[in-house]
Amino acid sequence: MLIIGERINGMFTDIGEALKNKDPKPLQHWAVKQEEGGAHYLDVNSGPAIPKEERPEAYEWMVKTIQEVSNLPLCLDSTNYDAIEAGLKHLKRSGMINSVPAERPKIERVFPMAVQYNAAVIGLTMDKVGIPLNAENRIAFAMELVAAADEFGLHMEDLYIDPLILPCNVAQDHAPEVLEAIRMVKTLSNPAPKTVLGLSNVSQKAPDRHLINRTYMAMAMAAGLDAAIVDANDDDLIATAATAEILLNKSIYCDSYIKVFKSR
Amino acid sequence: MAVTLVKERWQSRVGEVILGATPEQGGTRSHTITVGGDGTLPFLHFEGTVANRPVVALEVNDVEPDWSPRLKEYYADVINNPAAWAKKCVDEYGADLIYLKLVGANPEGANRTPAECAQTVKDVLAAVSVPLIVVGCEEAEKDNEVMAAVAEAAAGENLLIGLAEQENYKSITAAAMVHKHSVIARSPLDINICKQLNILINEMGLPLNKIIIDPMIGGLGFGLEYAYSIMERARLGSLVNDKMLAMPMVCTPGYEANRAKEANAGIEDFPAWGDLHDRGTMWEALTATSLIQTGASILLMRNPEAVKLVKQNIEELMVSNA
Repeated sequence: MLIIGERINGMFTDIGEALKNKDPKPLQHWAVKQEEGGAHYLDVNSGPAIPKEERPEAYEWMVKTIQEVSNLPLCLDSTNYDAIEAGLKHLKRSGMINSVPAERPKIERVFPMAVQYNAAVIGLTMDKVGIPLNAENRIAFAMELVAAADEFGLHMEDLYIDPLILPCNVAQDHAPEVLEAIRMVKTLSNPAPKTVLGLSNVSQKAPDRHLINRTYMAMAMAAGLDAAIVDANDDDLIATAATAEILLNKSIYCDSYIKVFKSR
Repeated sequence: MAVTLVKERWQSRVGEVILGATPEQGGTRSHTITVGGDGTLPFLHFEGTVANRPVVALEVNDVEPDWSPRLKEYYADVINNPAAWAKKCVDEYGADLIYLKLVGANPEGANRTPAECAQTVKDVLAAVSVPLIVVGCEEAEKDNEVMAAVAEAAAGENLLIGLAEQENYKSITAAAMVHKHSVIARSPLDINICKQLNILINEMGLPLNKIIIDPMIGGLGFGLEYAYSIMERARLGSLVNDKMLAMPMVCTPGYEANRAKEANAGIEDFPAWGDLHDRGTMWEALTATSLIQTGASILLMRNPEAVKLVKQNIEELMVSNA
């Protein structure tokens, strides 16, 4: 299970301020802290703090700033693909592009770029119209993304399908559909694409967020989830991921298995 | 229609461990030996890197062992002289390394002092130029004293010393850290204890590239397949980035194969089994060659004729099938 730390995001006030003032400290603080917590990957998102035309420069700066203190691979998170490309150019380790919907012009922009920079891609099971309600329609989009990987020569193991979970307090009926979609994605090709969720979305504005997050993560892992963008400093969540890996026989048990999970 | 081979893309590889140290590195060996490093399952050259060939160590004891006459015959002229025994193993029998067992330290046996044991190690180091593997008498308390003395006497040689076990790993790990040696971490045919022991040793401060796993084995007909699957799991673990299982493995086919009735009973008792000499040789050779198919990097052997067969097999397996 790949833990992608969500904290370096301009939506958070400290990161947003840091981006405006070019202050490296908050980014570096969270890079180190998330790695200590158990992140294997760091998501990097400027959020709305930076005007569109300045974003490429901002992503380059973020990538360089984070890599000064962390060797973790980075997941570049933006809808602005020029910004992502600016970041990709400066990665020390192969990274991930977050994300592309199942829309043809965007696929044509993102997949060749991923191949060029040896990056993985998060593909969203949605198009311009929005997020489908049921698993079948999610899978129809997933199939378009799988076909695109084949067409553009992206390794299937480098495609992460995100079936898009919605907050359970307003869209409860999506949760089981997403689980079913994760199961179905694994049957689309051999080798199968990977799966990922922006997990924290499931608990938006609910009071018991941590409990909802880790419960759903364990359920999704049992369905075949490979990665999640999460709060990497939620100790119970990390311990749950480590334990679920053991119970799914995905990693070999030893008494210190949680520690091993965090440090790998 | 052309068939496309399905290849796994492994994320990681087995760690490399260097045995021995040359004069420039603080030792006295003529060369070092590197084991591990493979980026795929054993000998799948077409799929990934097969970095280093498995190596064979011949066993030398510091007192005359209670081996079968069939085995002792090979060493009849040197059996009471560990240094000469080691030299014969290297010069005549082609051993890549020497595996020195200090059985004489056993309080129930010759009860040699730690200083006497350390002297034996020095004598063997002087007699041969290959890297050394040194273990005690398998009596934990005495071994802790003996191996501390050995580690100090051979400081800088980067010996592979053993045995670190779950209930007794601290003393030998400390000795290895202080005097720059590597350690054999032995677990009783148990992948979970194997992993935990590596973590415990590493937490003391010994780097992962100074640890070799001894998963323990059964000989042919006596649980070899059980050991085989445990070693396979460890290898698969190392290829998917389980760093706490990604050490090279050492196995004891010489000891295990020669314990079997099939390696000792004469033709007069079992006419259908055929000549004992060839049968005994094959029992050890087949135990050893099975183990390299599941990822053994170091084979601890006894029978020089079996060694010859195994080395020939290794040569063949190292030819690329890419």
